[in-house]
Amino acid sequence: MLEIKDLHANINGKEILKGINLTVKPGEVHAIMGPNGSGKSTLSNVLVGHPAYEVTKGSVTFLGKDLLSLKPEDRSHEGLFLSFQYPVEIPGVSMVNFMRAAVNEQRKYKGLPALSASEFLKLMRQKREIVELDSKLANRSVNEGFSGGEKKRNEIFQMAMLEPKLSILDETDSGLDIDALRIVAEGVNKLKTPETSCIVITHYQRLLDYIKPDIVHVLYKGRIVKTAGPELALELEEKGYDWIKKELGE
Amino acid sequence: MTGLRKNWENNKPEIKNMKAEQQYIDLFTQCEAMICRHSADVLNAPRAKAFADFEAAGFPSQKVEKYKYTDVAKFFAPDYGLNLNRLEIPVNPYEVFKCDVPNMSTSLYFVVNDTFDTHDNPAAQLPAGVIFGSLKDVALENPELVKKYYSRLADTSKDSVTAFNTMFAQDGVFMYVPKNVILERPIQLVNILRADVNFMVNRRMVIVIEDGAQAKLLVCDHAMDDVNFLSTQVVEIFVGENACFDLYELEETHNSTVRFSNLYVRQEANSNVLLNGMTLHNGTTRNTSEVTLAGKGAEITLCGMAIADKNEQVDNNTFIDHQASDCTSNELFKYVLEDQAVGAFSGKVLVREGAQRTNSQQTNSNICATREARMFTQPQLEIYADDVKCSHGATVGQLDENALFYMQQRGISLKEARLLLMFAFVNEVIDKIRMDALKDRLHLLVEKRFRGELNKCQGCAICGSIKN
Repeated sequence: MLEIKDLHANINGKEILKGINLTVKPGEVHAIMGPNGSGKSTLSNVLVGHPAYEVTKGSVTFLGKDLLSLKPEDRSHEGLFLSFQYPVEIPGVSMVNFMRAAVNEQRKYKGLPALSASEFLKLMRQKREIVELDSKLANRSVNEGFSGGEKKRNEIFQMAMLEPKLSILDETDSGLDIDALRIVAEGVNKLKTPETSCIVITHYQRLLDYIKPDIVHVLYKGRIVKTAGPELALELEEKGYDWIKKELGE
Repeated sequence: MTGLRKNWENNKPEIKNMKAEQQYIDLFTQCEAMICRHSADVLNAPRAKAFADFEAAGFPSQKVEKYKYTDVAKFFAPDYGLNLNRLEIPVNPYEVFKCDVPNMSTSLYFVVNDTFDTHDNPAAQLPAGVIFGSLKDVALENPELVKKYYSRLADTSKDSVTAFNTMFAQDGVFMYVPKNVILERPIQLVNILRADVNFMVNRRMVIVIEDGAQAKLLVCDHAMDDVNFLSTQVVEIFVGENACFDLYELEETHNSTVRFSNLYVRQEANSNVLLNGMTLHNGTTRNTSEVTLAGKGAEITLCGMAIADKNEQVDNNTFIDHQASDCTSNELFKYVLEDQAVGAFSGKVLVREGAQRTNSQQTNSNICATREARMFTQPQLEIYADDVKCSHGATVGQLDENALFYMQQRGISLKEARLLLMFAFVNEVIDKIRMDALKDRLHLLVEKRFRGELNKCQGCAICGSIKN
């Protein structure tokens, strides 16, 4: 599904990713962990095409296409979704108008007709239930005045609406209380199919208790330095990152 | 800021200052008798003083604070035709103009250039005692009534454009809603500029809303022909105690139209006025709005928006005079500027001694969507009372890049994302409108404007012929 080869990327001339190699197959859940500043968020931003990042070397293939040559909106249409670490507030743009524009542009890309107003509202209602999102929130401006937990639930709601093939959850657990964490994680699990994949970026094991990873990677100084099964996350939770740094001879 | 200011001034062509005035001084001297013959005594009475004021002051230069952002003389310097002899313009607006929007339920009137159209007047629909008609005709039929109001707020010694208009205005609109009469249906007035040569129009409006009366007026400005237009307009609005009045002005003209509008409002105790000026399409527009809160507890909502692209210019100058105590003023102006468009907003709020418990808020927010677009904003507060709540804020910015990227990640194209943000930005001004049908229509018009699909009003036969 996703194949990253020797990916290097800069922001403001500073190299953050220094040769990432990663392959994600359909149905897999990958966890990416690593100390602060190791490049986890940069990786997710580069994959979705954030204009502030410059790819200097390497390639990314997504479902057979050269991902890096696609515009951000087309990456989304192809089935790539990012749950933002810091969802953006958009005053004045209602959730309804925002999601309708998103859903209908995706349909247009796929050659499908736009949804009628009633079809669309029905879809909103159905998907809202997955993350128990209040109908009042759906009528408000995008993320404006939402609490931290509501923002993250809103991200998963949008994921439900757009039905991506590969979702990147960038620290979706940060700022969540235990109940909100459970709702968000259950939402992600409900949306999981044998064909869809997920990259979970997190600092903590607690999210991985709900969303079970098949493979865990440690990202450090712009490279993936360790890859193992789910037991790696538990080991990191217990011991921190120092032992990995030692292994690397630091 | 200095650099920008310099650029602005560089746009001025070289004109010797008094030259622009001289042709009008000559014109007035030669044609005064003709101007008066085709108007009414009430309108003729203040002409001599207006002329003296204009001759003394000339057009304001950009050194005059109030006209800092618009070079008046530059726009008056070219040669324009005037219809001082009142030749009839061959057009029946009711036949060519189908601007009606379902559920708008307005009484529809037309002014062609400055002449009130009498083809098919829906006067019968107005409640007894309400007058909506030609200023000249009402002034001839009922001079005592018009005399009480005409040229009472518009001081010709303080503004040369007002003086100019007072010299040349021959007709326009008189609106009168007597005491305690409630006008259920909003009135819609469509101003059509129509000429075969470059043309000047001097239009005048007097609006009287007596104590306890209520009315809503929508004024749409259109330019029909592909010539250069210069229109001046002076509007005097008197709002009595406990009266309520909404005025919506919508400009949808074209790039070769210059508009100067001076609007004066006087509000008595506990009156409530909403003024909303929306510039969707224009050439150069200068709107001056002066509101006097003369009676205790009066409330004014003064708002406006401008969507400008290409070389369009929009300059709004507002002055709110808090003379009485316990008055409220809310001001909100928003601009979206694209291409090389230039916007200016200057808003002064004066709280006089004794105007205690004044509540005043002023907001001016602007988006310059391109690097070449420029915005000048100048909020001013002058307070001489000690128990007041006043605030003001002005911002000039670009579209939020984080929001744009967030939307793109959800599959919304950059173009569409920009539209959604710009649309959201001006919605705040549209949402101030107290007529649901107009609000809905404006949402549509603004969206079409941003998409570049706005061919003026929907279903309007005239507009199809206008070049944008």
